[in-house]
Amino acid sequence: MVRTELLAILVPALPLLGVLITGFGRRKLSAYAAGGIASAMVALSFVLSLLLFLGHDGQTHIVHLFNWITVGEMNIPFAFQIDSLSLWMMLVVTGIGSLIHVYSIGYMHDDPRVATFFAQLNLFTFAMLLLVMGANFLVTFIGWEGVGLCSYLLIGFWYKTPEFNYAGRKAFVMNRIGDVGMVLAMALMFLQFGTLNYVGIMDQAGSFAPSNPLLVMATLLLFLGATGKSAQLPLLTWLPDAMAGPTPVSALIHAATMVTAGIFLVVRSSVLFELAPYTQDIILWVGVATALFGATVGLFQNDIKKVLAYSTVSQLGYMFAALGVSAYSAGMFHVTTHAFFKALLFLAAGSVIHALGGEQDIRKMGGLKGVTKTTYVTFLIATLAITGIPPFSGFFSKDGILASTFADSPLAYGVLVFAAMLTAFYMFRLLFLTFFGTYRGTAQPHESPKVITVPLVILAVLSAIGGALNIPHVFGGSEWLKNELATAVEGMVGEHVALSASTEYTLMAISTLLVVITIWYTWTLFGKKTTLDGEPADMPFLKRLIAKRWMLDELYAFLIERPYGWMSRHFFSIAETKVVVPFTIGTGKTTHGFAEWLRKVQTGNTSFYLFGLMLGVVVFLLITYFSA
Amino acid sequence: MVYLFYLFAAISVIAALVVVAARSPINSAIALVVCLLSIAGHYILLNAQFLAMVHVIVYTGAILVLMLFVIMLLNMNEEVEVRKPLITRILAILTAGLLLLVLLAATRQGLEMSAPESFNPGIGLVKAIGMALFHEFLIPFEVSSVLFLSAMAGAMMLAKKDGTEHVNLPPSSEPKDPAA
Amino acid sequence: MEDVMTAIRVVPLDHYLILCFLLFSIGMAGAMLRRNILIVIMCLELMLNSVNLLLVAFSAYHGDAGGQVMVFFIMLVAAAEVTVGLAILVQLKRNTEGVDINQLNRLKW
Repeated sequence: MVRTELLAILVPALPLLGVLITGFGRRKLSAYAAGGIASAMVALSFVLSLLLFLGHDGQTHIVHLFNWITVGEMNIPFAFQIDSLSLWMMLVVTGIGSLIHVYSIGYMHDDPRVATFFAQLNLFTFAMLLLVMGANFLVTFIGWEGVGLCSYLLIGFWYKTPEFNYAGRKAFVMNRIGDVGMVLAMALMFLQFGTLNYVGIMDQAGSFAPSNPLLVMATLLLFLGATGKSAQLPLLTWLPDAMAGPTPVSALIHAATMVTAGIFLVVRSSVLFELAPYTQDIILWVGVATALFGATVGLFQNDIKKVLAYSTVSQLGYMFAALGVSAYSAGMFHVTTHAFFKALLFLAAGSVIHALGGEQDIRKMGGLKGVTKTTYVTFLIATLAITGIPPFSGFFSKDGILASTFADSPLAYGVLVFAAMLTAFYMFRLLFLTFFGTYRGTAQPHESPKVITVPLVILAVLSAIGGALNIPHVFGGSEWLKNELATAVEGMVGEHVALSASTEYTLMAISTLLVVITIWYTWTLFGKKTTLDGEPADMPFLKRLIAKRWMLDELYAFLIERPYGWMSRHFFSIAETKVVVPFTIGTGKTTHGFAEWLRKVQTGNTSFYLFGLMLGVVVFLLITYFSA
Repeated sequence: MVYLFYLFAAISVIAALVVVAARSPINSAIALVVCLLSIAGHYILLNAQFLAMVHVIVYTGAILVLMLFVIMLLNMNEEVEVRKPLITRILAILTAGLLLLVLLAATRQGLEMSAPESFNPGIGLVKAIGMALFHEFLIPFEVSSVLFLSAMAGAMMLAKKDGTEHVNLPPSSEPKDPAA
Repeated sequence: MEDVMTAIRVVPLDHYLILCFLLFSIGMAGAMLRRNILIVIMCLELMLNSVNLLLVAFSAYHGDAGGQVMVFFIMLVAAAEVTVGLAILVQLKRNTEGVDINQLNRLKW
C-alpha cells in the first residue's frame, strides 16, 4: 500500500518537476536539454504507471494527500483514485505522451521558444494525470481546467499569428460553455449526495430510482461538460481550428488524450448514467450525429490536419455512441486504439509537413511514398487501422461499437456504418493525394530524422496489434481489457452484446465489405491523380454545404455572435457611457472636491489639532455615556 | 491622616492651575515641581513607595531640571510669549471644561467602587514591583531600553550643529507687512 | 502602615477619579491656551501624571501590581519624550529665534 501511494504521487509529480525545470530554465536550457528532460520525466512517469498497473490487485485504492477544503459539512480531500480505469488512462496518457515528447524534440528543435513548449507540454501531462487520477469531481475538475488552459496556450503557441490566437480563444470559450455544465453538475451532485467523491456518489446512487429528475439533470450537465471537452455537437467547431497549434500538440491534446476526457468522465460516472436512460439516448444520438457530421465534413477538406481533425470529431462521436448504449468497455477500447492510430496519423502528417517545410495543403503534395518511406508505411498502417480493416486495431474497437449499437438501435448502426464508409473515403483520399501520384509542390521533400520516425514506428506497431487487447469472444479472445476495466466501472459488469455469433460475423462482414468497396472507389478517383483540378464552381448544393462545414460556424455567428455583439454595443452606448462612466467619474470628482475642502483643516496650528482631537474624545465618551 | 489626601489634592490642583496661568516660564516650572511633589505624596498615601521614589527622581530630579536648564539656556522670560486671542482662550477653557464634564459623566457608574476588604499592603513595595517587572513584563522592560537608546540618539542628532548654518525659517509665521 | 491602609479605605475611589480628571482637563486647557512650547510640554507632563495617579489608585484598589508597572513604563516614555522634545525646542530656538508653537505650522509642508 505504501508503495502504491508513493508511486501514485510520483506519477503526476514527475511531469510537474519537468514543468518547473524546463519552465524556469527556459532561457538557459538548449532545445535538446529541455526536450530530453521533459521526455525523460514523462517516460519515467510511464514506467511508474506500468509498475502500478502490474502490481494492481483489482481493488480501488484511494491515495489521500491532504484535506483540501473543509468547511462545515463539506470535506473535499485532495486524493487520487487508483483503479483499473484510472490506471489504464494513466498508461495511455503517459505512454503516448512520452512518444510525442520524443517526437517533439525533432519537430520543434529550431523553434526559439522550444523550452516553453516543453514546459507547457509537461504541464498538460500533469493536468491530464490529475484529471484521470482524481478521486473526486473537484480534483478531476482541476485537471479538466488545467488541460483546457494548456490547450489554449499550445494552440496559440505561435502567438504572433493573429488567427492562431483567435483559434486558441475560440477553444477556450467553447470549453468554458461545457465547463459551466460541469460546475453546475458538481453543485447539483453535492446537493444530492453531500460529497463529491466518486466512491461516495456511486455508493449512494444505487438508492435512487432510475430517471430521477435530479439525476437526469446532473448527467445532462455532465454530458454538456463532456461535449465541450470532447468536441461533440454542438460544441465542436473549436477542434478543427485548434489545428493551428504545433502538430505534436494536435496529436497529444487534440487527438489522443484531452479530447477523450469527456469519455473518461462519462465512464467514471457510469453508475449515474445507467440510472438516466433519457440522457443515454441523447448521448447515443449526439454521438451518432457527430460521427456523421465529422465524416461528411472530412470529405472535402484540403488541409491535411483539418481532415484529421474532422476525423477525430467523427471518431469521438463513435465513442459517445458506444457510451450511449452502455458499451463502456467498447468506448474505452476505442479511446485506446484511437489514441494509437490518431496520434500516429497526426505525427506522420507532422512528419510530412516537416518534410515539405511547413506545407499543409494536400493539393500541393503527392508521390511522397518514394521519398518518405517510413512515414508512408506508418501512415498506411494508421489509415488501415482507422478505416477498420482486419486485423488492425481499429477493426476490433470499431466493430465492438457497431455490434453494441446494432443490438440497441439498428438505425444508429446504419448511420455509423455509413460514417465508416465516409471515413474510409476521406482517409484514403488523404493517403492517395499525399503519397501517390506525382509531386505537385515546390519544396524539396526529405525524410525526417530518426527522433521523429522512431515514435512513428512504435505507434505503428501499437496501431497494428492494439486490437489484441480486447479480442471478442467470437474470435476466441477473452476480452481482456473489458474484464480488466470491469473491476472499476460498475456499469460494465452487466454489459454484454446480446447477439449470436452468426449475427456478429454478418455485421463484421458487411461493414468490412462496404469499407473495402469504398477504398476501391477512392482509388479509382484519386489513386493515380497527377494534377488536381480546382473546385468546380457549379458544385451541387449539398456538396457546397458540406465543403463549408455545414455552415456551422456561420450559424453560430448568426445565432450567437451577432445578437451578442448587438447587445454589447447597446450596453456600451447606454449602460456604459450613460450610467457607469458618469457614476465612476462623478465619484472621483466628488471625492476630489471634498478633499479640496477638507484640505483646509490642516492648518499647521497644533492647538487646533488638539482641539479637534479633544472634540473627538468628547464625542466618543458621549456615545459611551448614552449607550450605557 | 485621611485629610492628607485632600490637602495633597488641593495643592496639586492649585499648582497645576499656576502652571497653566503663570506668565513667566520659571514660575510655571516651579509650580510644576510643587504639583509633581504633591502627586508623589499621593503615591505614598496609596502605599506605592517605590513609584513615589522613582517619580521624584525622574520628574523633579531629571525632567524638571532639564526644563529649567533649557529655560536658562534660551533666556526665556515673560516677553517671549505672545498671548493667544481672547476668543481662543475662552474656547479652550470651555472645551476643557466640557471634557471634564463628559469624563465624569461617562465613568459615573464606575464611581461606586469601594476599597476591597482584603487589601494587600505589599503591592507597591520594591519587591512586588520587581517581581512583576522581571517576570510578567520582562520583554517590554527590555524593549524600553531600545526606546531610550533611540531617544538618546535622536536628541543628540537634533542638538548637534549641522554644517548648514541658518536654514532660517522666518521668525514668525504671521503674515509680514509688505511695507516693513 | 496601618494608617496608610485606613486612608485607602476611607478615601473612595471616585475622589481619585475626580482629582485626576481635573488635573487632566487643566493640562489639556493649558496645552491649548499657551503658545510657548516649553509650557505645552509641561502641560503634557501634567496630563501624563494625572493618568499615572489614576493607574496607581486603581492598582491599589484592585491589588494588582500590573498597574504600577504600567506607570513605570509611562515614566520611561515621558522621560524619552521630554528629552527629544527639548532637543527640538532648542533647535527651533536656534533657527527661528523664538519658541512659538505657531511657527511649527511650517512643518506641514
